[in-house]
Amino acid sequence: MYAIVVGAGKVGRNLARELIVKGHEVTLIESSRPRYLQIEEEFEHAAQYGDATELWVLERAGIQRADLVIAVTGDDEDNMLVCQVAKEKYLCDRIIARVNNPRNHDHFRLLGIQPAVSATDLILRLIEHEVPRYGLVHLLALEEERLEIIELEVSSDAPVIGRRVSDIDLPEGSLIISVLRGGSGFVPKPDTVIEDGDEVLLVLDPGLEQSITAFFAPDGSHAQS
Amino acid sequence: MFVMIVGAGRVGSAVAKSALAAGHEVSVLDEDPLSHERLDAGQGRSWEDAEGQFTVGTALETDALIQAGIERADVFIASTDGDNTNLIIAQIAQKRFGVEKVIVRVMDPARANWYGEQGLDTISPTKHAIEMFERALAPEPA
Repeated sequence: MYAIVVGAGKVGRNLARELIVKGHEVTLIESSRPRYLQIEEEFEHAAQYGDATELWVLERAGIQRADLVIAVTGDDEDNMLVCQVAKEKYLCDRIIARVNNPRNHDHFRLLGIQPAVSATDLILRLIEHEVPRYGLVHLLALEEERLEIIELEVSSDAPVIGRRVSDIDLPEGSLIISVLRGGSGFVPKPDTVIEDGDEVLLVLDPGLEQSITAFFAPDGSHAQS
Repeated sequence: MFVMIVGAGRVGSAVAKSALAAGHEVSVLDEDPLSHERLDAGQGRSWEDAEGQFTVGTALETDALIQAGIERADVFIASTDGDNTNLIIAQIAQKRFGVEKVIVRVMDPARANWYGEQGLDTISPTKHAIEMFERALAPEPA
């Protein structure tokens, strides 16, 4: 695979190094001269000096044959622009953008730049995982497919306790895909009975969290509303 | 018409003043409060007395754009000193807020051309400068 990494800060440099170790061909583009001279010692011909928001710099790096463009500069506008040009002008199949300010996430989405990765969001999600609010954890969000997977702790006053999975009348667009009990998980059958202390994984359409929580952790859903 | 201008440098502020003088409603957004002085300069009265609007804020902040009135803008002009900022906010104005006429300053002629083909109204001062230099260098017709 040929990957172009834009921005040789800590993220870009480490990413480029890892990709090279994995046997991929990489070009790392950096627009600051002093920083370029630094990385050039390590990356040699794989490092290029230039502003990757300029088309000729991307072309010089061989964007026409790139399989992947990763924009990880410290500037969100630059990352958006590099990815937009890579995707729409040079028809690069895969792009990955770094979001520095999570508030810019909407702009990335608006311009169709996905996936857009934000370290702040990732850490927030980890915190959520470690310190679940009302027992709900977002495990995975497939934004383009409009699906998400969540994990819920069944609280002791949940109306679903003692009921069979097939009898639980969940909203349209949601499905229990796994039950975690006593340290291991299994895929429930229609006659699996939900117990106090279970954790359930559900796949659902975005926006259903609140109504789903009412089934498994009614207190949480009140607290959230 | 309601004209919104982001970036009140030399170009943005001059365009703002002439749009106001032409009788348009004009709102300027700039992250530097000092750029307000550029709007006052050379006028008999302050920018606000002349009924111009000024908002301090960063163009990528949706709240700042809304505060400056983007939702009712008929024309959006992106004239900050950064090409990338201009290209991104212009697309936000166009795609998110549905502003009818969006004009972007893009110094880099190559990107001005490409984004022009994508439907943005781009103005590239560099391109004009290059053309003028070329014309100045061309041998005079005998």
